[in-house]
Amino acid sequence: MSVASDLIDRPREEGRLRLAEWQLALPLSLAFAALFLAPLLLLGATSFFNDEKITQPGFASWTKFFGDPFNYKVILDTLLLGLKTVCATVVIGYPVALVYIDLPARLQKVLIFIIVMPMLLSVVVRTFAWIVVLGREGVVNQLLLWLGVISEPLRLLQTELGLVISLTQIEMPLMLLPLISVMSRLDPNLRDASAALGASRWRTLFTVIVPLSMPGLVAGCLLVFASSTTAFISQTVIGGVRLIYLPLVIWQQSLVVYNWPLAAVASLSLVVSVLSVIAALSYLGRRSSRHLHG
Amino acid sequence: MQALAPTPQQVAPAGRTLDVDNLTVRYGSAVAVDGVSLAIEPGEVVALLGPSGCGKTTLLRVIAGFVRQAGGRVLVDGAGIDHLPANQRNVGIVFQNYALFPHMTVAENVAHGLRARGQRGAAVGQRVERMLAMVQLGAFRERLPRQLSGGQQQRVALARALAVEPSILLLDEPFAALDRNLRLDMQIEVKRLQRQLGLTTILVTHDQDEAMSVADRIAVMNKGKVEQFDTPVAIYDRPQTLFVNGFIGTTNLLPGKVMAVMSDTATVALQAGATLRLPAPQGIAAGSSVILSVRPEQLVLSPVATAESWPIEPGLSLPLGPQLVLEARATCGTALKIVEPRRRIPTEVQRRFCALAPDARPSLFPRSTPSATE
Ligand SMILES: Nc1ncnc2c1ncn2[C@@H]1O[C@H](COP(=O)(O)OP(=O)(O)OP(=O)(O)O)[C@@H](O)[C@H]1O
Ligand SMILES: [Mg+2]
Repeated sequence: MSVASDLIDRPREEGRLRLAEWQLALPLSLAFAALFLAPLLLLGATSFFNDEKITQPGFASWTKFFGDPFNYKVILDTLLLGLKTVCATVVIGYPVALVYIDLPARLQKVLIFIIVMPMLLSVVVRTFAWIVVLGREGVVNQLLLWLGVISEPLRLLQTELGLVISLTQIEMPLMLLPLISVMSRLDPNLRDASAALGASRWRTLFTVIVPLSMPGLVAGCLLVFASSTTAFISQTVIGGVRLIYLPLVIWQQSLVVYNWPLAAVASLSLVVSVLSVIAALSYLGRRSSRHLHG
Repeated sequence: MQALAPTPQQVAPAGRTLDVDNLTVRYGSAVAVDGVSLAIEPGEVVALLGPSGCGKTTLLRVIAGFVRQAGGRVLVDGAGIDHLPANQRNVGIVFQNYALFPHMTVAENVAHGLRARGQRGAAVGQRVERMLAMVQLGAFRERLPRQLSGGQQQRVALARALAVEPSILLLDEPFAALDRNLRLDMQIEVKRLQRQLGLTTILVTHDQDEAMSVADRIAVMNKGKVEQFDTPVAIYDRPQTLFVNGFIGTTNLLPGKVMAVMSDTATVALQAGATLRLPAPQGIAAGSSVILSVRPEQLVLSPVATAESWPIEPGLSLPLGPQLVLEARATCGTALKIVEPRRRIPTEVQRRFCALAPDARPSLFPRSTPSATE
């Protein structure tokens, strides 16, 4: 076969391959379209009605929702809750991942099991467990009282602090799993090479390990952010009625007040605000790890 | 290469001595390095040669400070460095996979060590430029490692290690991933740089030709122990153990029995059917079983039988460059390899007997050298 015909043949084959791959993705795409896109469109359509009975089309629901300054605060609080949870999971999760890659294989298995175990329990169970831990008579208060750090029980339930603490634990696997999977693929010689060149542990951490683990860190942040901003059960059970986040607003409007157009507006606000933070985060992440994918 | 004007610190290379003293390393219960001692002169290149898993990399990792030894010491210029962490040992290392930082450009890779040592500003840039010029990669300074060929990556790794002026250079199979021609170029290159900087160097290799050509001395390792530490010529001509003998070059092993030992001479009856008088090594007594090792080029063919030759059955003959390699079989069943200069192609009649060449330096080993038991 001549070189020329080789050159002609190759693009055609690649084209065929691409078509086959595209066909493989078809069932999943259809499922996504049916189960994800269609409800979203329905939601969009519902939001453009003025009344609870969904009879008069109009923009009244939008103007009503965004005319109320309280709702801005709710959106902001929701995003802040997500960011605080992300920060807490990074601060605790990153050192755990660092410890993980240094452990012998047998202990790594144990640690992975401990990390994954909470995911095997229902969120409801984990959330109620946190009530026991954080309550007035809970483990934390008992311990602090016993140690003499405090003289009367702290209020942790129905505070943002308590909520961030429990969400940090609940969402931790979502941070750790991508982080560990990226970090354990790093060439261990890189750390040794850096040390042999005279770099301290901290310099090696910040100039070699952190930049190279960026993809895992970004993925973990995105998952934790998306999951904690929409964690309706934990938000309402631990945060109570005083802390109001968007999921609660949506629930109230759709299942208590039965104002579906307003609930649709709130839902879309949640989707758009969470997605824009995620887009910003992943843009930053891609920029900082461009070298890895080229 | 001529572009590099020698700078003051490169003109008067002050090499360091490196002493490894009875070093033992364990991974769990397995012993990876077993009582290794090496005394390396300033500016010397020592090759660590041995089969896979014999502890070569482990030895380097201890010297660099990545792994703690179970016993023994490492000394540079006579002072122990075992208490120092890796980042204070000033030991340059080039890994087999180069371990370049994938997110840094070539220039940033080379600058990493300089920055870690607190250098800032224009001095770093100048030093990086000089190192890149030295390995002829100035034009590649902005590339990322994955945009370089294997040989180029190897040179970046070398420039990175040398930029911080290490007192010792460790090379872990640095040429393994290179093709033959590039490997030869890089061997010459590394040797040249090492000479110029007067660096005491340990080179790990699987490749005996590489060890022979690059190293001043070779340490042949087997199962965590150094079997022989000597010049390439001595290792080839006077192997101390059967393992070294078999690992370096090709050899013929002829079983026999010692008939008598008189002062320094042993009379050995080979099973192949000849009686030879050979210089006796220590620990050989009359009546003991021995193995005679002869290099293929130290055997000659002859048409007539003598007391010192033995009959053979010639097999295939392969012309190999200027030489002719002849395969043959002794009457006792031992396969033989004989190398003759091509000029003197022996005829069929001339191939009936085989004997030691007049200048042959055969080695005699007791039948069960510990290293030959497995
Ligand atoms: N981290 C480790 N944990 C346990 N055993 C190890 C470890 N590293 C090496 N070993 C063992 O120690 C022995 C020596 O290994 P080493 O890497 O030094 O061999 P090597 O001579 O460099 O081999 P190669 O030529 O294949 O690179 C081997 O038996 C190996 O299995
Ligand atoms: Mg090795």
